[in-house]
Amino acid sequence: MTTPLNRLKQYKSWGRYPTVEHKAIHQIHWRSDVPDINKFEETVLPYGYGRSYGDSCLNEGGILLDTSYMQQFMAFDAEQGLVRCEAGISLEQILEVIVPHGWFLPVTPGTKFVSIGGAIANDVHGKNHHRAGTFGCHVTQFELLRSDGRYICSPTENVELYQATIGGLGLTGIITWAEFKLKRIPSPLIDQEKIRFANLDEFFAVSAEMDQKFEYLMSWSDCLSGESSMGRGIFMAGNFYDPPLGSEPIANKLKPFVPFDLPSFALNTLSVKAFNAVLYRIPLGKHVRSIVHYEPFYYPLDAINNWYRLYGKRGFLQYQLVVPIEGDNEAIREVYRRIAQSGEGSFLVVLKTFGDIASPGMMSFPMPGVTLALDFAFNGEKTLKLLDELDVIVREAKGRVYPAKDARMSPENFRAYFPQWEQFAHYIDPKFSSSFWRRVTASANGR
Amino acid sequence: MLKIMIIGATSVIAQETARFFATEGAEFFLVGIPMDRLTVIKDDLIARGAKRAEVYEADLTDFGKHPQIIESAVQTMGSLDAVLIAHGTLGNQKAAEASVEVALKEINLNLLSNISLLTLLANYFEQQRRGCIAVISSVAGDRGRGSNYVYGTAKAGTTAFMQGLRSRLAKSGVAVVTIKPGLVDTPMTADVKKNFLFAAPATVGKSIYLGMKKGKNTVYAPWFWRYIMAVIIHIPESIFKKMSL
Ligand SMILES: Cc1cc2nc3c(=O)[nH]c(=O)nc-3n(C[C@H](O)[C@H](O)[C@H](O)COP(=O)(O)OP(=O)(O)OC[C@H]3O[C@@H](n4cnc5c(N)ncnc54)[C@H](O)[C@@H]3O)c2cc1C
Ligand SMILES: NC(=O)c1ccc[n+]([C@@H]2O[C@H](COP(=O)([O-])OP(=O)(O)OC[C@H]3O[C@@H](n4cnc5c(N)ncnc54)[C@H](OP(=O)(O)O)[C@@H]3O)[C@@H](O)[C@H]2O)c1
Repeated sequence: MTTPLNRLKQYKSWGRYPTVEHKAIHQIHWRSDVPDINKFEETVLPYGYGRSYGDSCLNEGGILLDTSYMQQFMAFDAEQGLVRCEAGISLEQILEVIVPHGWFLPVTPGTKFVSIGGAIANDVHGKNHHRAGTFGCHVTQFELLRSDGRYICSPTENVELYQATIGGLGLTGIITWAEFKLKRIPSPLIDQEKIRFANLDEFFAVSAEMDQKFEYLMSWSDCLSGESSMGRGIFMAGNFYDPPLGSEPIANKLKPFVPFDLPSFALNTLSVKAFNAVLYRIPLGKHVRSIVHYEPFYYPLDAINNWYRLYGKRGFLQYQLVVPIEGDNEAIREVYRRIAQSGEGSFLVVLKTFGDIASPGMMSFPMPGVTLALDFAFNGEKTLKLLDELDVIVREAKGRVYPAKDARMSPENFRAYFPQWEQFAHYIDPKFSSSFWRRVTASANGR
Repeated sequence: MLKIMIIGATSVIAQETARFFATEGAEFFLVGIPMDRLTVIKDDLIARGAKRAEVYEADLTDFGKHPQIIESAVQTMGSLDAVLIAHGTLGNQKAAEASVEVALKEINLNLLSNISLLTLLANYFEQQRRGCIAVISSVAGDRGRGSNYVYGTAKAGTTAFMQGLRSRLAKSGVAVVTIKPGLVDTPMTADVKKNFLFAAPATVGKSIYLGMKKGKNTVYAPWFWRYIMAVIIHIPESIFKKMSL
């Protein structure tokens, strides 16, 4: 319950780009007491913790409905592993309650400061996508409050609204509460392995085997190295640690670390140093094993409060793409080449394969393939131009870009990535809109 | 396990405090209005680890009901280890300036209801010779200010009442804890423009929880308000009256 969330809320997105003005912010404190949406002249958009990077959680000139104050648990079944709670509860708070009972989140993104509403609306994925799919795959039901009434949505009730709301970018209504299944864990510890790979060829060669062996898997990859070592990096792999019977509980010895504020120059230098240190300490082909608490394994960045500040006032852009795994994965190589050429590095990228577990979400981002997440300090046109170039590659490869991290994709590209957008649009509540949605559905020339 | 009565249990600060006690498996007797919100809070505390939570609907300006509230609490729970009083309204200072009725209504809720409840509770805890009585007052009670002195008066009265009660109950081993939050982001301040001094209710809840466990006399929440108020109360009145605070 220490989430440093609502102090001086700024109602921006995590990348601090773009920043927009809202007409008004309405806090929702009780799920039984949501203001009548029809009374607003402007459109509304739910807002959780603003951990989306771009403009999908912003509604310029309109109204934000701050759902992060709705923080009541409704039920926790510690036998069956089922939680029902209000949409504003953070993953952090849920972990505090469930982990002591031997349960974990079925899927978690790389930060625990996101709300359940946000996790559903972006249908978030984690390091176990190849095993568990997206968060939406584990949602058994939720309540959706629209301008025309309240709906209980589940795989069997109001099915279409259920599918449209998972990954629905907050446009189909307010999720007031949700119920989802948990995952049993033998301990709060992770049996972690770090394994070095020399280049992308090696990454692809062992990826499938690694997916088999590890429930949680992602890698850091260097995207500025030369052609032969292109994409070299480290697999960060893990399974929950099952302590042997009768062993001394080490859980108490390993403490999650405490957040600290870094001075603003540190993130890049720090991550580069950490990366190099790990990379060169691990001999090729060797596994470096350790038992760690789940906190540093899943949420390394949460230890650094407000790390977006590290990019300064102009903010930064995230770019996450997925493309199918095909042939010799020329698209991914081309992405690496472009970035290296541009000099706009993101030195470190996150590289991971997505599995083929389908989400119920109509607009869900993940699809079978390989995904890359990059961040770029915002350097104006130069940065935008590079990302437009990457879009061309992704689009040709029949891939997608993640709306939760986007602030700039063109309407044409959006529609190519998500051809189902028109079908989805039927389920959007007419009183709801977002800066993102207006941008990506603007008519191509009328921009 | 601790048995705690929370009066004004719908307060967000009180809820955040209760969540810390809940993780320890505490038992609750929740008093406030309306019933459906109390039930929501009950379910939350149970899911977070509370062993038990009972609800009791009462408008706290209904003074006649106060003895009944406390009797039912003691009867239902067997005994009480602690009580936290949290209800209140920020009120509208301008309206209170324009109307005696409004001003007195503020005082009625934010001061007199506390005095009524505390008088009854003091006797219960004095007899029991142990326990903890905590009330959420406010830094606003440390000095009257032009912008909200009616609320400030109620809080100053509450603080003074608690001071006296503390001396009286010290002999019986009962802790009397005055909580003075600064600015907190709750429904009460929904319409107040937020600045960096605003604290998250969970932060304040944690201070209250720790203050109650340690039986502190006065808890400023967050802690830095102790120093802000130390400065504010020492500004000479001749200067203070010209400041717009
Ligand atoms: C450090 C970091 C790491 C991340 N790692 C990952 C990752 O590994 N995988 C991944 O998928 N994402 C990741 N993300 C992105 C993040 O998980 C998503 O953007 C998430 O949706 C943010 O949730 P939020 O509560 O902050 O919602 P916001 O960003 O405030 O809102 C996100 C969307 O949800 C909608 N929404 C919020 N609440 C509700 C509600 N109650 N009802 C209806 N709609 C609602 C909003 O309208 C908006 O469209 C990461 C972000 C950060 C900062
Ligand atoms: N928030 C701050 O900045 C701040 C600062 C200093 C001190 N405080 C004090 O902290 C305490 C808790 O406030 P909070 O910030 O948690 O705000 P809050 O969530 O609005 O809590 C106040 C609660 O009191 C309830 N209440 C009001 N009149 C009542 C009555 N007659 N009978 C029963 N319940 C009644 C309110 O219920 P309804 O909502 O249904 O009216 C509300 O739930 C108050 O004493 C307040 O003065 C707050």
